[in-house]
Amino acid sequence: MGCPVAGDGRPGCGVTAADITTPIPGAPVANRRRLLTTARAVGLLVGLVIVVVVALVSVRIGSIGVSNRDAWNAIFNYHADSYNETVIRSLRLPRTVIAIGVGGGLAVAGAVMQAVTRNPLAGPDILGVSSGASFAIVTAIYALDLTAVSQYMWFGFAGATGAAALVYIVGSAGRGGATPIKLALAGVVISALLGSWTSALTLLDEDTLDQARFWFAGSVVGRPLSLFWTVAPFLIGGTLVCVFMGHQLNVLSMGEDAARALGMQTNRIRVISSILVVVITGAAVSVAGPIGFVGLATPHIVRSLVGPDYRWVLPYSVVIGAIFLTTADIIGRIVTRPGEIQVGIITAIVGAPFLVYLARKRTVAN
Amino acid sequence: MTALDVQVTHPNPEKPGHRTYRTRHYALRINYRVLAMTLVASVVLVVLTIWAVTLGTLKIPFLDVVQAIIGRGSPDTDFVVNTLRMPRVLAALMVGAALAMSGSIFQALVRNALVSPDIIGINSGATLMATIWLVFGLQYSLLPLAAFAGAFGTAIIIYMLTWEGGISPNRMILVGIGIQAILGACTTYITVKFPVEVIRPAVVWTMGSVYGSQWKDIRILAISLVVLLPLAVMLMWPLRAIQLGDDVSRALGLPLESIRLGLIVVGCGLAAICVAVAGPIGFVALMVPHVARMLGGPISGSSIVFSAVLGAVFLLAADVVAQHFLPVSLPVGIVTAAVGAPYFLFLLYRTNVQM
Repeated sequence: MGCPVAGDGRPGCGVTAADITTPIPGAPVANRRRLLTTARAVGLLVGLVIVVVVALVSVRIGSIGVSNRDAWNAIFNYHADSYNETVIRSLRLPRTVIAIGVGGGLAVAGAVMQAVTRNPLAGPDILGVSSGASFAIVTAIYALDLTAVSQYMWFGFAGATGAAALVYIVGSAGRGGATPIKLALAGVVISALLGSWTSALTLLDEDTLDQARFWFAGSVVGRPLSLFWTVAPFLIGGTLVCVFMGHQLNVLSMGEDAARALGMQTNRIRVISSILVVVITGAAVSVAGPIGFVGLATPHIVRSLVGPDYRWVLPYSVVIGAIFLTTADIIGRIVTRPGEIQVGIITAIVGAPFLVYLARKRTVAN
Repeated sequence: MTALDVQVTHPNPEKPGHRTYRTRHYALRINYRVLAMTLVASVVLVVLTIWAVTLGTLKIPFLDVVQAIIGRGSPDTDFVVNTLRMPRVLAALMVGAALAMSGSIFQALVRNALVSPDIIGINSGATLMATIWLVFGLQYSLLPLAAFAGAFGTAIIIYMLTWEGGISPNRMILVGIGIQAILGACTTYITVKFPVEVIRPAVVWTMGSVYGSQWKDIRILAISLVVLLPLAVMLMWPLRAIQLGDDVSRALGLPLESIRLGLIVVGCGLAAICVAVAGPIGFVALMVPHVARMLGGPISGSSIVFSAVLGAVFLLAADVVAQHFLPVSLPVGIVTAAVGAPYFLFLLYRTNVQM
């Protein structure tokens, strides 16, 4: 009990009788740790169950009501002639899958960014990702007369990654590295610059404005599932790689010097994780448009649940992020029935107060 | 006043370019260097103003413009100059001045060269109000008032949310970004809910332009400047002590929080008037004070006037470029962003601010 090697010289070890009769200094800790691990694993499973439940709700709720049987049939036993099943298959199912994928991806990207920059306010949205994607997409719509999301998706990807890289480079240059304020300011300013160019283009051409404004709001509606599968390698692949980086991020979050002293090549980890973050957010933004605050808020919620160990924070972030975004999408459908509020608007209204709350906590702002 | 005060606020009375005048109760130190630069900038401004009026489809000679301005022009040039062109030029000039002063105040207040009213989100409230106003077709003449209310309301919300027994600049930036996100989301919601013809004027407004300014706008701007400029200059005196740090200024017996509140009210007031008249024009408030400090030294009563004149020159020049020297004429806000954002990034990169 609690003794990896019997008789290794630790007090209490190697004497079986004493093991049973007297309390051992090492054992309760090990027990508690094992209990905690079990609890966290169970919690993760519960989270997965909630994802399934929320997904079901998301499939069922909308301007027309469908039954559980319809939902089941649409997925596993599809009849093309059933109206309800067609609605589920062509509309509800894609948006649910996209919400889960994008939510999970953005949340894990946020958690990784916060670990790498050791900055509780880092997140994909603060990097000006959405304005970069907006600018690229509006340029593409204006110059090339594109009309479908599938056509301009790759421009969004390129714009998002470009802007994020620029903000990160500018924000982390100089003394002190990527401090919260420097990153935030660089993000705001690059967003403002790209935003003004975007507005100039929409001013020149009304059709472009009409096309682009729905994309600006951030939404998971009206994207076919095939679109999601196009970026899925980046989104899901990036997310999976991130989930298994917990150990490295734990070491990195001890600080640059400590991590180096432990033999970690900090720069390599930093570069790899930054690339992963940019790829994930680029993919997410190109499918769903700018969706803010999932990446910022989710890791904080997760840390309050499971503590600072990134081996747990990362998988939990995926699950909670998926729940967060799917729920936000459902809320957007319910609030102004039969109309809808875009999910990006809901996450901003729910998530921004969270940023204010974080800012008011003394440790972050100073 | 004690010797301590003199020591702190005038560390070196013999500084070159300065001269101190004393009477029995008061002393006034004049910075001749800044004064001279202000005069030069004013001359540039006057020339630029007249030149801006000569430009357009109908070119009017320089001297004719001068004559029209002093009321001796022919009826034709008089109409073009005084009714069509002058309001826009004056609006650009005054908005530039007010924005630059507002930026100077904020930067001095939070002791951070990277802050301005537009960055902490004051404009987003004005944008939301203006969007609502334009989309619902409410009375157009009251639009400036609505925008002003939006800007001021936002400023108050940010101030209240930042307050925690005092105002921390960094907290203010972060709170501002949060508030900006919420208000921006509301604006976005409106723009996707209405047909594109309806929202287009609102989208154009959010770019910031002095196009179509009228004499009544000039009147609003002029009155506010007349009220707020002396207040700003007066508040600059205690501000120099505040810049030495909270503890020093408390030790000097300054009512710290009330001076801060006063400065925030004046700074927001200036920014809000500009948004109300011209829409959100970015980066002027951020960039100009920095240039002014680079040329004229640290902020003071005289250098805030200098930065106002520089702001006027900058925005007027930007508007001339936006109107006459681009393939299509664009709102001035796009030109200021194109110039200001790279400048800001350079600044962020170079100063390596540790915050």
